[in-house]
Amino acid sequence: MTEEAARLPVDILMVGVGGQGIILASRILAHAARAAGYDIKVSEIHGMAQRGGSVVTQVRLGEKVYSPLIPEGEADVILAFEQLEALRWVNYVKNTGTIIVNSQVIYPVPVLAGMSRYPENIPAHLSRRARTIMVDALQKALECGNSRAANVVLLGSLARRMSIPLSYWMNALEACVPARYLEVNRAAFQSGYTL
Amino acid sequence: MKELMTGNEAIARGAYENGVTVGVGYPGTPSTEILENFSRYPGIKAQWAPNEKVALEVGLGASLAGARVLVTMKHVGVNVAADPLMTAAYTGVNGGLVLVSADDPGMHSSQNEQDNRFYARFARIPMFEPSDSQEALDMVGLALQVSEDFDLPVMLRTTTRVAHSQSLVEVKERKEIPLKPYRKDAPKWLMVPAYGRLRRQSLEERLQRLKAYTETTPVNFITWGDRRVGVITSGVSYQYVREAMPGVSILKLGMTHPLPEGLIRQFAAGVEKLVVVEELDPYLEDFVRGLGLEVTGKKIFPAWNEFTPGLIRSRAVAAGLPVPAPDKEEGAASPPRELPPVPGRPPVLCPGCPHRGVFYVLHKLKLLVTGDIGCYTLGGLPPLEGMDTCVCMGASIGMAHGCELADSTLSRRTVAVIGDSTFFHSGITGLLNMVYNGGQGTVIILDNRTTAMTGHQEHPGTGKTLMGEPAPAVDLEALVRALGVSRVRVVDPLKVAELTQAIQEEVACGAPSVIIARRPCALLHREKRPPVMVDREACTGCRSCLKLGCPAISVQDKKAAVEAITCNGCGLCVQVCRFGALKEGGENND
Ligand SMILES: Cc1ncc(C[n+]2csc(CCOP(=O)(O)OP(=O)(O)O)c2C)c(N)n1
Ligand code: SF4
Repeated sequence: MTEEAARLPVDILMVGVGGQGIILASRILAHAARAAGYDIKVSEIHGMAQRGGSVVTQVRLGEKVYSPLIPEGEADVILAFEQLEALRWVNYVKNTGTIIVNSQVIYPVPVLAGMSRYPENIPAHLSRRARTIMVDALQKALECGNSRAANVVLLGSLARRMSIPLSYWMNALEACVPARYLEVNRAAFQSGYTL
Repeated sequence: MKELMTGNEAIARGAYENGVTVGVGYPGTPSTEILENFSRYPGIKAQWAPNEKVALEVGLGASLAGARVLVTMKHVGVNVAADPLMTAAYTGVNGGLVLVSADDPGMHSSQNEQDNRFYARFARIPMFEPSDSQEALDMVGLALQVSEDFDLPVMLRTTTRVAHSQSLVEVKERKEIPLKPYRKDAPKWLMVPAYGRLRRQSLEERLQRLKAYTETTPVNFITWGDRRVGVITSGVSYQYVREAMPGVSILKLGMTHPLPEGLIRQFAAGVEKLVVVEELDPYLEDFVRGLGLEVTGKKIFPAWNEFTPGLIRSRAVAAGLPVPAPDKEEGAASPPRELPPVPGRPPVLCPGCPHRGVFYVLHKLKLLVTGDIGCYTLGGLPPLEGMDTCVCMGASIGMAHGCELADSTLSRRTVAVIGDSTFFHSGITGLLNMVYNGGQGTVIILDNRTTAMTGHQEHPGTGKTLMGEPAPAVDLEALVRALGVSRVRVVDPLKVAELTQAIQEEVACGAPSVIIARRPCALLHREKRPPVMVDREACTGCRSCLKLGCPAISVQDKKAAVEAITCNGCGLCVQVCRFGALKEGGENND
């Protein structure tokens, strides 16, 4: 691919639940994108992330990026770490975009407490909006040896659909992941990448 | 070499590069990481103060003694620091002093969305507003220089999307700036009326000089484009305008107090229609209109909540502004689809959180609970609903006393609940007032040994400083006694029966009292306890345990279920279940 094609703007919305490792995933992504010569903006809302609230990270890549926020309906990709969160943000992706969603379900407390219902058949709703790819990231991560690497499995399947060369991703993993978890995370990335 | 940094990291870097040696603040989203990052640089001193007023006073003292100073706080923190701020404009500085006010349009993690640009105008001090991380870094240096050149504290005003967004910045070496000598100068620093009047006049002169400066500062600039529309904007809105209204003429204001009258007139004369795009209040717009210029702003763009590029584009199009098509290859956004109801995912108290027991009991006892701000404010939301009010840090104690004043029968039905960091911040004076004025209220101090809400910062009770050094930990019981409270008791908030008894006795006792609910934050102090087990035979499906709002507990097929990986084994639910269906892990369970 040409350098030109590599710098087309790409907007990625990463959504999930506090504690799922979105921040690390976005850090690795930003690192790889930076090596590929992109301008980058990343915006995080993680106010009460540790307390199990929704987490949203917006990553924008391009030749020159102004706004750190992605306009609704214009994201190229939603990378969802949990099904309900994918549904909550689905209108952010454009019709021609892609939704990569972890099949994991995490009930929010209002659902646990019986005060509201977890919607049924979320994948069907998602695929009515845009091309949807389901990933059993938790299972894949377990096969690689650590359930906590599910974030990197998802990142792998995102990477596969982007024009950043694989070697940049590998360097980014090395730079962002603590050494003792590197092997597991490399395996997790590969398993997502080859899905 | 360029690095990816948040606005907050860039501000810390800017302070370091420009020779700041003293950083002081009080935590508060979205400002907290500035000082945390700054504290990791060599050759500096960084401190958490117990509140923002003290932080600014320490900063002013360090400036008096000749250092370059960084003071950080969230927007509402400036309310607390407003007293020294207003008069610091009179005294001015010795070493440069930058006050960061981190505003929170959209109230991502705040109790209001006040627009602190008015503080700069109110205090008559210079203000800069960065729109990304590079500007944040550069403007710290500029602000320090302006502070010293014009003898004024300078405000650097950010918003959540600047503070918490990452973009690329160029980093440089640190410039060592020698301490400026201190010279005794009472007419400058001793603000008695006679000297104050002189400094008041001097402030006006300093402001006049700044009005000339703001016309030529490089951070206020015009980019000419399509002359049918001219947009005046500042802060992150500038980035949104660049994206959503490409090609329009822009007057970008990096310095927003004082405002450049001449530059604004020049810009207005060069465009057909003048539009202001700014988040929150019509701060720029009112000024422009005050110049007698025809301008629109808040008629098109909302005066509350944060902006997005999508919102700016759609409002601009609806208002008939000639906005060219966006750069992006595919153009318009896909319209939203209708979705099934999507349940919210509010943050909740962590599994094992020591606060949970307190709010469970308070709800059961049906007390009027005046509350405060911290993680524990989550105890006011369903299903716990154990708190009636939350206004500002420290308000709980004063409000409880006010309830008692209005209706004396309430003193036996009211408690104030306040976190430890909040108590040190602004609860001490409230308690002093209650005791002094003969109040009989009960105050529960939630002593989880940290400032959890903003990410676990140290405070005067933790025995450690921001820079990780050991510090004397205040003796909370002794402190409260010294204020005149003789009934002080310490309870474990995870022991429901004990806690219930303590609250009932203290509320009924007819004297001021303090209950210290002491147990460390579950995230800070991870205890290894086996998860709770469910005896499915004994469970009647009564759902009482759901009242705890614990993320580990659900009821499935009319039986309680505890998710083992989430459960922290705190045992609260074991005490809440009347049928003995929930059992401490490790116990015999068949
Ligand atoms: C004037 C002001 N400064 C800072 C904040 C941000 N803030 C809200 S609560 C809080 C401290 C909470 O700590 P603590 O009282 O110990 O309760 P915890 O979160 O540990 O339960 C802070 C810093 C604020 N809301 N207002
Ligand atoms: S962080 Fe600590 S204080 Fe806050 S909810 Fe979790 S356990 Fe409770």
